Amino acid sequence: MNARIPRSLWLGAALTALFAGAALISFFWTPFDVTQMAISDKLKPPGAAHWFGTDHFGRDIFSMIMVGARTSIAVALVAVGIGMALGVPLGLAAAARSGSLLDEAIMRANDLVFAFPALLIAIMITAVFGAGALNAIIAIGIFNVPVFARITRGGALSLWKRDYILSARVAGKGAARISIEHILPNIANLLIVQGTIQFSLGILAEAGLSYVGLGAQPPTPSWGRMLADAQTLISLAPHIAIFPGLAIVFTVLGLNLMGDGLRDLLDPRLRRVRA
Amino acid sequence: MLRYTLKRLLSLAISLIAASVVIFVAIEVVPGDPASYMLGINAQPDTVAALRDELGLDRPPLQRYFAWVFGLLQGDFGTSYTYRTPVAGMIGDRLWVSLPLALLALALSVLIAFPAGILAATKRGAPRDLVVMGVTQLGIAVPNFWFAMLMVLVFAINLRWFSAGGFPGWEAGLWPALKALVLPAVALALPQASILARVMRSALLDVLDEDYIRTARAKGLTRAQVLRRHALRNALIPVLTIIGLQFSFLLAGAIIIENVFFLPGLGRLVFQSISARDLIVVESVVMLLVLAVVVVNFAVDLAYAAVDPRLRKRS
Repeated sequence: MNARIPRSLWLGAALTALFAGAALISFFWTPFDVTQMAISDKLKPPGAAHWFGTDHFGRDIFSMIMVGARTSIAVALVAVGIGMALGVPLGLAAAARSGSLLDEAIMRANDLVFAFPALLIAIMITAVFGAGALNAIIAIGIFNVPVFARITRGGALSLWKRDYILSARVAGKGAARISIEHILPNIANLLIVQGTIQFSLGILAEAGLSYVGLGAQPPTPSWGRMLADAQTLISLAPHIAIFPGLAIVFTVLGLNLMGDGLRDLLDPRLRRVRA
Repeated sequence: MLRYTLKRLLSLAISLIAASVVIFVAIEVVPGDPASYMLGINAQPDTVAALRDELGLDRPPLQRYFAWVFGLLQGDFGTSYTYRTPVAGMIGDRLWVSLPLALLALALSVLIAFPAGILAATKRGAPRDLVVMGVTQLGIAVPNFWFAMLMVLVFAINLRWFSAGGFPGWEAGLWPALKALVLPAVALALPQASILARVMRSALLDVLDEDYIRTARAKGLTRAQVLRRHALRNALIPVLTIIGLQFSFLLAGAIIIENVFFLPGLGRLVFQSISARDLIVVESVVMLLVLAVVVVNFAVDLAYAAVDPRLRKRS
């Protein structure tokens, strides 16, 4: 791999590392305790003591954003994990038995999930089974399954026609073994890029769910709920709405840039076009 | 074309049946009995039983499923558990907010995305391409409810051009009603326009590489003529798919934006019904939204097949 690393990849990776780093550091240290309320310090604008100001309970917003990164990243990452763990095997199976009843059933089931309004169902799941980070993960994860199934099947289908797959079959390898040993490594690029995109969509979805009160519950800080709390106070203290929002924007932006950069780097087809 | 249409129609029917089963089963397994919910914790057991009987909750599931589906087919969406009014009427009222909002947002999205995508694709790598790509990258990353809050801060609270939320109803006149939908529509349109502009750009770039574009240029057509007569028309196929998806998304996906602006739309109706365990409303609205998605996709598929004969053979 001697291609130049795209600029978007550098920028995206730096932004992502910034927030992942903040989330990790928050386990050991935050400037202030996020559960500590100090009403006398409430709604302080950004300053030397509180870099991003304080909220309506006098909690330090910078610290809350650090801890909130933890929630966002954990929820989105596990949701991507669920999507991959279920979607990739389904996609591989569908491609291995392309045109069969199994393939048809898997793809139609995928279409069905796509037909449901995702956010609405996520809201339904969390509202019915209880608001909380775990149900938010499941609600977001379910909609990742068809995404990965589809992209896996698409990538695998084109590979099944290749000569080296044919020779593996001639050598007597079964469909499952070929899928794991030959197909999967060759579509890993595709999955990594899609994984980054779904990761960023997961961050947005988690923020939306927490915003309507269905994500992580208090006192765990989450970016979406910080925005919900800020809504009524935005005219008094705009900073309490601006910083959590910027945290979401930069995290999602970082992941998207990283995804774009990875695609440029990993997709040989695109490289040839650019050269 | 007829065979293709029939085939697609069949798969549309199968999707709808499957969706109705999924929705019905999902609502069945939801914990909590609507009757006890409605009567509160102090209700006498026989009162609850009487209400269950009245709502038809005691009948076997299969019977209730068919009653629900045949009701839907006749336009009878059942009666709301909490409001005791026909669900169809409630949906009708909300649709008058959600549908114009979705259409307005979609129109804005197209109006922004088309010129932006064309500007970017026709000068690939030029400053204007980089600006479009940068702005749209940002537009995708901004959560629409946060953008909505910032717009409320600037345009409603500081400048006082718009109200911060609520909906006066269409009785109040066209302009006041539309005015209440402007900020929500802009908030909804921003990410959609960003996505659409990128799709437009890449679809155009693909087409502009084709041989027939070079031929058309060699024939003596100007850049603008080639763009209008050949490139745009062929680039529209992927763009149409995304527009179709966006419309169905906007119809249901406005739920959070409706909450920000206190708009009485479909999304808020579902949200309130879920919290009130008014499951018949949830069931029917979700089914209606799925119907919208499936029908829009069907229409888009047919539109393609009409435009591009190759697609009819492929499936």
